[in-house]
Amino acid sequence: MKQPIEMNINGEPYTTIVDTRETLLDTLRYKLGFMGPKEGCGNGNCGACTVVLNGSVVNACLTFAVEAAGSDVTTVEGVAAEGNLHPVQQAFIEHGGLQCGFCTPGFIMSAKALLERNPNPSEQEIRLAISGNLCRCTGYDKIVRSIQAASQALSQHA
Amino acid sequence: MHAFEYAAPQSLQEVVALLSEANGEARPLAGGTDLITQMKENRRSLSLVVDVKKIPELNVLSYNGSGLHIGAAVSCTKIVSFEPVSVYYPALAEACALVGSYQIQNRAALGGNFCNAAPSADAVPPALSYGARLLLEGPNGQRELSAEDFFAGPGQTVLEKGEVLVEIILPVPPPNSGAAYLRFIPREEMDIAVAGVGSFVQLSPDKQTCEQARITLAAVAPTPVRAKEAEVFLAGKALDETTITQAGELAAQAASPISDVRGSAAYRIELVKVLTRRTLTKALERVIGTRE
Repeated sequence: MKQPIEMNINGEPYTTIVDTRETLLDTLRYKLGFMGPKEGCGNGNCGACTVVLNGSVVNACLTFAVEAAGSDVTTVEGVAAEGNLHPVQQAFIEHGGLQCGFCTPGFIMSAKALLERNPNPSEQEIRLAISGNLCRCTGYDKIVRSIQAASQALSQHA
Repeated sequence: MHAFEYAAPQSLQEVVALLSEANGEARPLAGGTDLITQMKENRRSLSLVVDVKKIPELNVLSYNGSGLHIGAAVSCTKIVSFEPVSVYYPALAEACALVGSYQIQNRAALGGNFCNAAPSADAVPPALSYGARLLLEGPNGQRELSAEDFFAGPGQTVLEKGEVLVEIILPVPPPNSGAAYLRFIPREEMDIAVAGVGSFVQLSPDKQTCEQARITLAAVAPTPVRAKEAEVFLAGKALDETTITQAGELAAQAASPISDVRGSAAYRIELVKVLTRRTLTKALERVIGTRE
């Protein structure tokens, strides 16, 4: 059963027709071309699909697109401002916070959300905040270092 | 996934009407972190999904003289960050912060944790130990019941066709009371409880004896269960190492666990003893640490 929905994605309005069964993730990727969020597990464990929905990070694979009608959505594509990478993205590059990169968009969204609610997190708080994001390459250590570096970079900006 | 109709009504009356009149199975949708997974895996095939996130009554979050009122669609994150919860109901805050990941907590609702009726639901034992009551709305009007009477089996509740959980109500904690929730999982985060225990104690005014205890066990029976023998045993006794240990032994008798991939029945029994001791001790420390 299909119905039209409108969403603001990364600040731009979009209208599309979705099947009620369609997840927000599938709509973003296959209808609207936002290929940043990924499907890893499809059941809310891996966090590769993490996006911001009305100000909160959620698993787009566990959200129906119809639920997001009228919502503001931010994907990793909307994180960089005016051609400049976000400090979290820059820190992942400088500190090797990724290898294959599949999980990275999800980690960027979780890390950015963490630093917005807690600009100076402890290592323990960082590890807790990314517990819903799985990485099979890095062993997490460089991801934690990247987020610590982003925290420092952001506090110097402020 | 089977095709279904989706509705996002604005009023509680519409929710009840939609659920009552649905052909085939209809379910309310709050955070969807359980429901959508079940639908994806074809463990549930629904003809109608009624999104309840726009219903004002299901978004209530308030604390006043009649207690803590949590609308069934309020997310774990909102509960954890509501100051009266961290001040007066720390065991509930602890449990809501254990549900899945941060992403999951942003979506998952306490009402969903109840209605999904998993024996392992983390937020249920502390709510029961705080003496929660549930407000339901259905085609025949409202009714209120004790939260422990809500569960009928794994995944089963007493909700009738067309009936919806509106609010979880926790009474104002009495003076000299404290509570704690702990669960055991084999890793740090993102797992389902092998066993969980929520304990509540109310001490006498001189804080020397226990006036009342409520102990709720998770993941060791078809539904969350109260360990009533242990509760009765503790009433009128001083809470010390001996009585707390004895309460753990009695609590284990209320458990009827199965052996499964997460743990054997015998292991779960041992966990109940240990978690009961630890939560009683923590609840007691919360009272004794309270400044008057």
